[in-house]
Amino acid sequence: MPLLSRRDLDFLLFEWLDVERLPRRERYAEHSRETFDAILDLSARLAEERFLTHYKKADREEPVLRDGAVRVIPEIREAVAAYAQAGLLAAPFDAALGGAQLPHVVHTASMAHFMAANVATAAYPMLTAANARLIAAFGTPSQIAAFVGPQLEGRYLGTMCLSEPQAGSSLADITTRAVPDGEDALGRRYRLSGSKMWISGGDHDLSENIVHLVLAKAPGPDGRLIPGTKGISLFIVPKFLPAGSEAPGARNDVTVAGLNHKMGYRGTTNCLLNLGEGVAHRPLGSAGAVGWLVGEAGAGLALMFHMMNEARIAVGLGAAMLGYRGYLLSLEYARQRPQGRPLAAKDPAAPPVPIIRHPDVKRMLLAQKAYAEGALALLLYCARLVDEELTAQTEAERRNASALLGLLTPVAKTWPSEWGLAANDLAIQVHGGYGYTRDFDVEQLYRDNRLNPIHEGTTGIQALDLLGRKILRDRGEAFARLREEVARTEAAAAADPALAGFRQQLASAWDRLGRVAQDLVELGGDERALWNATAYLSAFGHAVVGWIWLGQARRASASLAAAGKDEAFYRGKLRACRYFFEYEMPKIGSWLDVVASLTDVAAGMPDESF
Amino acid sequence: MKLLVAVKRVVDFNVKVRVKADKSGVETANVKMSMNPFDEIAVEEAVRMKEAGVASEIVAVSLGVAQCQETIRTALAMGADRGILVQTDAELQPLAVAKLLKAVIEKEQPKLVILGKQAIDDDCNQTGQMLAALLGWAQGTFASKVKVEGEQLLVTREVDGGLETVRLKLPAVVTTDLRLNEPRYASLPNIMKAKKKPIDTLTPEALGVDVTPRLVTLKVEEPPKRQAGKKVGSVQELLDKLRNEARVI
Repeated sequence: MPLLSRRDLDFLLFEWLDVERLPRRERYAEHSRETFDAILDLSARLAEERFLTHYKKADREEPVLRDGAVRVIPEIREAVAAYAQAGLLAAPFDAALGGAQLPHVVHTASMAHFMAANVATAAYPMLTAANARLIAAFGTPSQIAAFVGPQLEGRYLGTMCLSEPQAGSSLADITTRAVPDGEDALGRRYRLSGSKMWISGGDHDLSENIVHLVLAKAPGPDGRLIPGTKGISLFIVPKFLPAGSEAPGARNDVTVAGLNHKMGYRGTTNCLLNLGEGVAHRPLGSAGAVGWLVGEAGAGLALMFHMMNEARIAVGLGAAMLGYRGYLLSLEYARQRPQGRPLAAKDPAAPPVPIIRHPDVKRMLLAQKAYAEGALALLLYCARLVDEELTAQTEAERRNASALLGLLTPVAKTWPSEWGLAANDLAIQVHGGYGYTRDFDVEQLYRDNRLNPIHEGTTGIQALDLLGRKILRDRGEAFARLREEVARTEAAAAADPALAGFRQQLASAWDRLGRVAQDLVELGGDERALWNATAYLSAFGHAVVGWIWLGQARRASASLAAAGKDEAFYRGKLRACRYFFEYEMPKIGSWLDVVASLTDVAAGMPDESF
Repeated sequence: MKLLVAVKRVVDFNVKVRVKADKSGVETANVKMSMNPFDEIAVEEAVRMKEAGVASEIVAVSLGVAQCQETIRTALAMGADRGILVQTDAELQPLAVAKLLKAVIEKEQPKLVILGKQAIDDDCNQTGQMLAALLGWAQGTFASKVKVEGEQLLVTREVDGGLETVRLKLPAVVTTDLRLNEPRYASLPNIMKAKKKPIDTLTPEALGVDVTPRLVTLKVEEPPKRQAGKKVGSVQELLDKLRNEARVI
């Protein structure tokens, strides 16, 4: 069974997002529909033959910590190596860095296959590419030579080290210290000491070296760490000192203090790392993890967000694809599993029907289709914005794309995480008791997906980001740009009488979303505005995906009229859109009621009354 | 040494094939097509020979509709140097394919031709043998190991009783079995390079080959659905059913 519907992917890329036009832009001139197809074929095959094959084994046989080193099953190494050898790690990077300048939207579609096949193994190349992109953007030429090239070849793998045991969501409170240690060919050198928690890919036996990007604070003149986020700087801390350093191959003072034993996502090692213990390893003759400063001192958090934003979108993609795979698995199961008879059937001796014939099973499948395909479409739209940000003709268009991407990032991360998980819940339900057993994949999909509303910023943090930073502090400017895009889709749908109802429903949802946001802006920094931020994010996310669905439906309706073939596919799109507007869009009103009321029901609950 | 590999465009091995409503054949509209897996093994073997310095040039040939170009591109992305498409919309049966390949081979003069032992769509397992006979060349079929020794070729064949090794004089025709090698994935940089490699297009007419089918397909049917099993009450009943229902004894 395929990992995803290629028909759907082709529809999203080539009918809805018009990706075939991208090769007209200089950056993508070497590409064409033919290479895009070949890359998607390659991705499907590699994902099925190298990633899917150890999906369950990597869950069953967790990484182990032995003699201070983390070991994983060999299949993960083979998969990551095959991915890199196929040139997919380097694919979207500049030709000057050895990349193929593949459009991000096509690279995202490629990555979707690997996420669907094995999200935990796919995390290694995902983190590595994001790490390399940060260094490529902000590193010095010697840092780029030392770390980016080997990462794009898959010889080094990357991580991001933000959280500490006492500071996760609140990065202002980190206490890892970075003390200046002179300067060498790789830049301003520091010695780091402290602990970093929840480090995915923090240690393993998959690659020659591991490149940690670490947030730490350099002490001020008084020897104390600067409070808040302003004191945070970003450092490259490799497991082994690289070529170009003073002691190539020397083991850095980074040790694994422990492995976290997770509910899912088990193939991705997750470590507590100690920096600067000075016991097992003393690089260049003294204690302290050697790290090189990236960019300016004190600018660390802003730089890290370069990687963080990419990781957030990748989290959304993983969540979408877990939802997608659960949808396809439960669809296949429902078509094959005979059980019960039609509601109106009178004859108890009649043969049972496949459960897909039962209305409630259809409802659960349609909900999954609406969530999974809606989420994938949202992520591809965002990836298309990355391409616009990079290659649109005018500065104004590029800025517009950046603003939209910034506003949509918390949605791209959260909506698939919340609703992809809801889809996985339904996939188990469709399987009944079998879905609750480990004989089927859907329980693992659910466990794997349960991480996604947590890491790279929890849903609560995303809600504060969306409402606090991206709407209130922005005074609704990016919101207004997105509203224009929505209005454009509304206008395009206006000519289609079949979509008129949805168009009106969408317009009124967005108008109310805008009014509520305006009311909150006018509270002028009153904290009540953020009391129910998560409900606002829920409403906003649904309104965004409603817009994405109307866009797909308009395209499907036009293609259906023009092509006259593939009718079942296009009717499926239209039906999923209808499901979304009938079942899901009405939820927006109740979420916004809560936000608009400024209720203190949760915020005002006294601790002792719980 | 110049090599020629033949690659066929077939319904992808992952696709569950369906018979057309009029029973004239298998449904290929809107179905994913890809290179016959045995032919991938042929391309891989040729590329390995080139990497080992044994082969100097690899020409990938496909025959059929215009979209066979995609199959040739896959071979080029795996490492073949150039392609030839013999384009026709006509139904091509193994004898016609062998004749067309012979005509191409006479133009190209390769020393070795590698083909899949069969295609997964019609499972004919005839083309390689017919081609060798038409050319009057030696043949090593069902190869699980191929080694060039000067002007000779050692081919280990998978036969019913085990493995048989034959020594062939070049030029020769080899057909591949599954265990010959594990084909590589075409990498993204090689996919990009393949775009720039040349593909020539020929036609059966230009090659002077009559491709008129010699066989007529009467009808294509799905295999019968497996019937549910039945529990029998006694040996007597079993014998009775075997005799009168299944009619096997």
